[in-house]
Amino acid sequence: MSAIEKSPWLIHYDASSCNGCDIEVLACLTPMYDAERFGCIVTGDPKQADIFLITGSVNNLNIPVVKNIYEQMPEPKAVVAIGACAYSGGVFAECYNVQGGVAKVIPVDVYVPGCAAKPESILDGVVRAAQILAEKKKAMRKARRAARHAESPAQEAAK
Amino acid sequence: MKGYELYLAIAYLVLGPFVGGLIDGVSRKVTARLQGRVGPPIIQPFYDLRKLFSRKLDPVNSLQMPLVVSHFIFAVATGFLIFEGSDILLIIFVLTLAAIFLVLAAYSTGSPFSAIGADRELIMMTAYEPMVILTLVGFFKVAGSFHFGDIAAVGKPTILLLPGIFLGLVFVLIMKLRKSPFDISTSHHAHQELVKGLTADLGGPALGLVELADWYESVYLYGLVFLFFSWNPIAAVLGPLATYFIIILIDNVTARVKWELALTSAWIVAIVAGVGNLIPFYLIARVVH
Ligand code: SF4
Repeated sequence: MSAIEKSPWLIHYDASSCNGCDIEVLACLTPMYDAERFGCIVTGDPKQADIFLITGSVNNLNIPVVKNIYEQMPEPKAVVAIGACAYSGGVFAECYNVQGGVAKVIPVDVYVPGCAAKPESILDGVVRAAQILAEKKKAMRKARRAARHAESPAQEAAK
Repeated sequence: MKGYELYLAIAYLVLGPFVGGLIDGVSRKVTARLQGRVGPPIIQPFYDLRKLFSRKLDPVNSLQMPLVVSHFIFAVATGFLIFEGSDILLIIFVLTLAAIFLVLAAYSTGSPFSAIGADRELIMMTAYEPMVILTLVGFFKVAGSFHFGDIAAVGKPTILLLPGIFLGLVFVLIMKLRKSPFDISTSHHAHQELVKGLTADLGGPALGLVELADWYESVYLYGLVFLFFSWNPIAAVLGPLATYFIIILIDNVTARVKWELALTSAWIVAIVAGVGNLIPFYLIARVVH
């Protein structure tokens, strides 16, 4: 089991949700639901985060913020889009100023259904995202090894 | 005596991370239990550290990493010098320098959050340092020596001779271990007003090194606590353990204070309990001579 799966640190951002899902996210981080038993720590710093919990349909003003957070997170990273809004815009889909889903701005790995999403299902999403992180880490290692192997015959040929 | 102290210092270098990580892990578990939840596994800090070091090094500028590495080296060296029984002045200098390097690393990032965290860390340093000095002076008054081995083997119930100093050291411990109510510069708890404060903008291996330095620090700090109880084998085990649990309890039942209160309370404790505790030693010395 890779270390990242046992220590998924979270960052949470509200991209123009109605706050319903955010209240559930915060609830899921309280002692009651105990996210720490999966090794989760909530950090405000994208550089220290592994999983990006994002709620809301993303409006035109916070696109740069969402991208900024995402880009500052180190590889491998996973995005958990929480609630109907983060999936498709939900009840706000028709609004003039929203993107209608997080996936329009950054790649999403896990969708958590619900309006509002339940803390239990958010936790489930986090655990799933941790597994995805482990898979990504493995893929990264494989790619690096493959790159090294691909290099060596070329180097031999150069000699 | 000297050779045995060197072994102790080397054991600290080798075993420090394991003991420090366990200290951290158990305290997270106990905290969880106090809050009525399951909590992370006791070896969770090691998972965290392994993950942090598996990350790619990605400092925000070329200065950050050298400063963090210096912080680590000096934090480890402080404990080494304490266990090895070095000069008290040297220990204080190295202890200060370790903290200063971390503050500089935070300032170097340019992030407003780490800058405020660094400001507050400087305040914390002025808050705890007088008491650290008083603690070491207190040990000298009891044992007539600054050597760890001599103080440990003094054969007197140090805790009964230095109750005020001990109280002050508990204050210092809460500050140095970044426990509530004095975790104002950066906190191990979720979300705070400064994002991550002092450690904001430190990612991957850099944060791992800071974490590791914290572990080493907690080992030598509890080493100092041990000195108060070293006269009796049972007290030597129970004393530090009780202190450890009291600090976790305080961490859980108090809210973070403002820096003014942190500073003034630390100084009042240092002056009243710390200096007050030392005065009789000087008076007795007068009478005897
Ligand atoms: S999904 Fe529902 S509860 Fe969640 S942010 Fe959207 S409207 Fe609010």
